[in-house]
Amino acid sequence: MAKLLVTTREGEEKELEATSGYNVMEAIRDGGVDELLALCGGCCSCATCHVYVDPAFADLLPAMSEDENDLLDSSEHRQDNSRLSCQIVITEDIDGLRVTIAPED
Amino acid sequence: MSNYDVVIVGGGHGGAQAAIGLRQEKFEGTIAIVGDEPELPYERPPLSKEYFSGEKTFERILVRPEKFWEEREITMLLGQRVTAVDPSAHQLTLADGTTIGYGKLIWAAGGDPRPLSCEGFDLAGVHSVRTRAHVDQMMRELDGVEQVVVIGGGYIGLEAAAVLTKFDKKVTLLEALPRVLARVAGEPLSRFYEAEHRAHGVDVRLGAAVTALEGENGKVTGVRLVDGSILPAQMVIVGIGIIPAVAPLLEAGAKGANGVEVDTLCRTSLPDVYAIGDCALHANRYAEGAEIRLESVQNANDQAKVVARGIMGTEEAYDAVPWFWSNQYDLRLQTVGLSAGFDQVVLRGDPATRAFTVVYLRKGSVIALDCVNTVKDYVQGKALVVAGAQVDPALLADASVPLKELRPA
Repeated sequence: MAKLLVTTREGEEKELEATSGYNVMEAIRDGGVDELLALCGGCCSCATCHVYVDPAFADLLPAMSEDENDLLDSSEHRQDNSRLSCQIVITEDIDGLRVTIAPED
Repeated sequence: MSNYDVVIVGGGHGGAQAAIGLRQEKFEGTIAIVGDEPELPYERPPLSKEYFSGEKTFERILVRPEKFWEEREITMLLGQRVTAVDPSAHQLTLADGTTIGYGKLIWAAGGDPRPLSCEGFDLAGVHSVRTRAHVDQMMRELDGVEQVVVIGGGYIGLEAAAVLTKFDKKVTLLEALPRVLARVAGEPLSRFYEAEHRAHGVDVRLGAAVTALEGENGKVTGVRLVDGSILPAQMVIVGIGIIPAVAPLLEAGAKGANGVEVDTLCRTSLPDVYAIGDCALHANRYAEGAEIRLESVQNANDQAKVVARGIMGTEEAYDAVPWFWSNQYDLRLQTVGLSAGFDQVVLRGDPATRAFTVVYLRKGSVIALDCVNTVKDYVQGKALVVAGAQVDPALLADASVPLKELRPA
């Protein structure tokens, strides 16, 4: 288990318990934050689970694949700290991860 | 008789998203979802991919966890099939005779797998891939199976075949037409996937006509072809499309035939009755305005959004660009637009590299792309489809020119 801090589009911060092995998209969905469409179910085929990640955690996250990078380019709201949340697997190493849900495209 | 402000028939992607969307739009009335499966809404695409292969558990493919539906006060009436709609009384009848009143009805019942019409279609060991129950049954039987025949070379059949090769099953795939994916893609894509499946050991047979399924003691033992030969099989998977589940609506007088007709706001011809998803026959601008049904998560989701907003008084016509994906082996296929009706195909990149794009044009305009391991083309090509851009085919064929540079000014 790891702690996950999610800031919603309305600016509210929620603390969620995330199961190791699941990904951040699933943790957000299962934690009752109802803002990610995540239409492809987490197989890196769309860009509807876009989040901004606290830069303090950047070095602890899995590297971004070329596919993820290309998909993020489809968002008008891309920033330097953008990630697809389905591509970040929960581990104890990222306990306390802070993410902010990006605006809907 | 129970009564809800909104009753949603169908607990698939469309039905779930309609309920979610209504609550997101701050709808305060009562909502019920009537679903014929016993499960809470789950994602269907993994049924022929990660769920079938065992990579994902059922809990992970739930659209939302159980407590979500309770918290949002969305009543789940599961394991119930609607048999009749009375539009003047605003009332539904279920298979067990129960009646339910509705203020607005959202029909999102999808479809049922089209069965084979030949003898033996109902033998044990013959499967569709539409529901969790179907796939669980297949997984239970798989241990005793050496040879599988997949009937139908569409996405479902191809994805199932890809998973089965991972289980080291001997797989034969039968397609009635001269190429796989014949109804949904151009020849370059068909030939590429045919070759990939052959390279993974699938015996792909094109132009194959099945005359009967053979069985013993009620269980399938083989597939008989028109030339009289029999392919031994302990399991047969049938992926030959769906029949839209709209009979109660049509019997109630709704316009339609192969699906139920809806307008740009997803309204049927019956008062206060909407339809969305696989069963909704709608004029789609990406099909030159032709009335079509689209069987995709994108369509179900975007139509659900149109209805949720429409019920809340924001009328926005359905106009979303179609997109779709299919994962087979290590191949990520993403499509945007609708290729049906193309008059020109441009191949961008070399299929031998296993990363290429097929661009479809009609009268010089880009109407669709099939992108195999070319996410960049998928992302950048979408704008060309949305704009119906007229682009020089020679430029499209040059994979060194990014598609974003070909966008009209």
